[in-house]
Amino acid sequence: MFKGIFSIKKSLPYVGIFVTLLILPPIIPRFYIYILAVIFVTALLAMSLNMVVGHGGLFQFHHGAFYGVGAYTVALILTKTSLPLWVGFIAGPFAAALAGLLIGIFCVRLTRLYFGMLQISLGSLLWALVFRWYSLTGGDDGIHGIPMPPFISSQNSAYYFILIVLVICLIVMYLILKSPFGVTLRAIRDNPERCEAIGINVRRHQLIGIVIATFFAGISGVLFVLLEGSVFPDLLFWVYSLEIFIMCLLGGWFTFAGPIIGAAIMVSLRTFVGIYTDYWTLVLGILLILLIFFLPEGVWGYIVEKFGSRAGEAVEEENK
Amino acid sequence: MLEVEGIHTYYGLSHILFDVSLKVSRGEIACLLGRNGAGKSTTMKSIMGLTPPRQGTISFKGKSVMGKKPYQLARLGIGYVPDDRRVFADLTVGDNLEISERRSGDSATWTKESVYDFFEALGHIDHRKAGLLSGGEQQMLTIARALMTNPEFLLLDEPTEGLAPMVVKTLEEQIGKLKDRGLTVLLAEQNQKVALNLSDQGYVIDRGMIRYHGSIDDLRDNEEVRKKYLLV
Repeated sequence: MFKGIFSIKKSLPYVGIFVTLLILPPIIPRFYIYILAVIFVTALLAMSLNMVVGHGGLFQFHHGAFYGVGAYTVALILTKTSLPLWVGFIAGPFAAALAGLLIGIFCVRLTRLYFGMLQISLGSLLWALVFRWYSLTGGDDGIHGIPMPPFISSQNSAYYFILIVLVICLIVMYLILKSPFGVTLRAIRDNPERCEAIGINVRRHQLIGIVIATFFAGISGVLFVLLEGSVFPDLLFWVYSLEIFIMCLLGGWFTFAGPIIGAAIMVSLRTFVGIYTDYWTLVLGILLILLIFFLPEGVWGYIVEKFGSRAGEAVEEENK
Repeated sequence: MLEVEGIHTYYGLSHILFDVSLKVSRGEIACLLGRNGAGKSTTMKSIMGLTPPRQGTISFKGKSVMGKKPYQLARLGIGYVPDDRRVFADLTVGDNLEISERRSGDSATWTKESVYDFFEALGHIDHRKAGLLSGGEQQMLTIARALMTNPEFLLLDEPTEGLAPMVVKTLEEQIGKLKDRGLTVLLAEQNQKVALNLSDQGYVIDRGMIRYHGSIDDLRDNEEVRKKYLLV
């Protein structure tokens, strides 16, 4: 199943984009480098959500909770303990995955909207815990001024670190989704009953999917702390989870790279439209309406459909 | 091999199957004949654990399988080909088969290659998305998918429904070959001709009750039963 996943010809454009992003920091203003880094962090978060929403068909409505768990874990380790940085960086994703496992165990017993509703409830409990536990989490003030070692504390080094971690995560995610596990996950999305009938333990498979997705959300949380040097309860608030969900819809939730486009659109809107008005979500709303009418498969979904079908036909011809 | 004893199945408050009993011995094909809505598919789903019966017993290879989940039954060696032949439309033919592959001890005889030998048409479209296949190809794929789980017992729910006569003929031959390979089959059919050609014994179901049971020759000769319960 892994045969021919990475062809040199197909990978070249992506390598080109990566190299371009690598050489950008000395060329463009610092502000744009910061915005790009925010897009990378958000894109990783949206990609992790899309693993279970787009590819797994699960209504993971409160993915932000795991992002927050990852971020708070590293923030607490770096501010409240004397443990080294790398412990915090590793603990963040694992704590998020553990939270994903604990919440997932209950959620996978339900289906569709009921799954999503239970997850919002349990995720909101995490938010309430963070919001109320002043002595540990700083409550609604959050934790600020999280110390970072000099080699990644500058904006450019943080940018490079985030970019490299993002690329590694994307490759790993791609391999997971192309593996028999990922293909089975898509089959479960299409028809869980039939999957049971061919001997697949659907609940266990979905639970593993959730744990993997929340692990990546935890990585994204860690990268957020690295970039911003602070955490606050809004990271775990359900409204932010909805934003991540919209990113997947905007980009195209049945595609691999769609959420990256969605994250880029959302972050750009918030930043550049936000300069002119606080009501940037109004523009987002109009965009969403247009999307539903004209690009129901999302921006990247439309591009793939429009320009990818010819490539698909060519592959089919080659295989004949 | 499979014994169903007095099962009662409900959809919510609706009582669908009434005291259904049937027995299929190793190596034979038994058919379950009945009109549309008679309870054939519900019987299949009840055996597969998709709509678990509230009363009665189901045993497979001498052991009770009541309360077992569909994936556990599949792992025990029961293959299921549903009537709506829903393939995983987004996956290629090859992927549809690969995710179904389950090797189980000595009976692990079906591989992707051997399935392609059996259904040659599928071998040529390995890379095609399953959602783009014709009805006949999709039906072959659903049977092939069930075979990839290496079952000892196959539940075939109306495999010929809605297919062109030529395709029905091919499928009929292939199902016959499955029996030659030692597979035990419970075949639910509306198409009497196919069922009578293939089967060793027959059950007739109507309004959720088994109305007749006998050898296929007896059923073929018993025009009264066929007229009463099977003619539209």
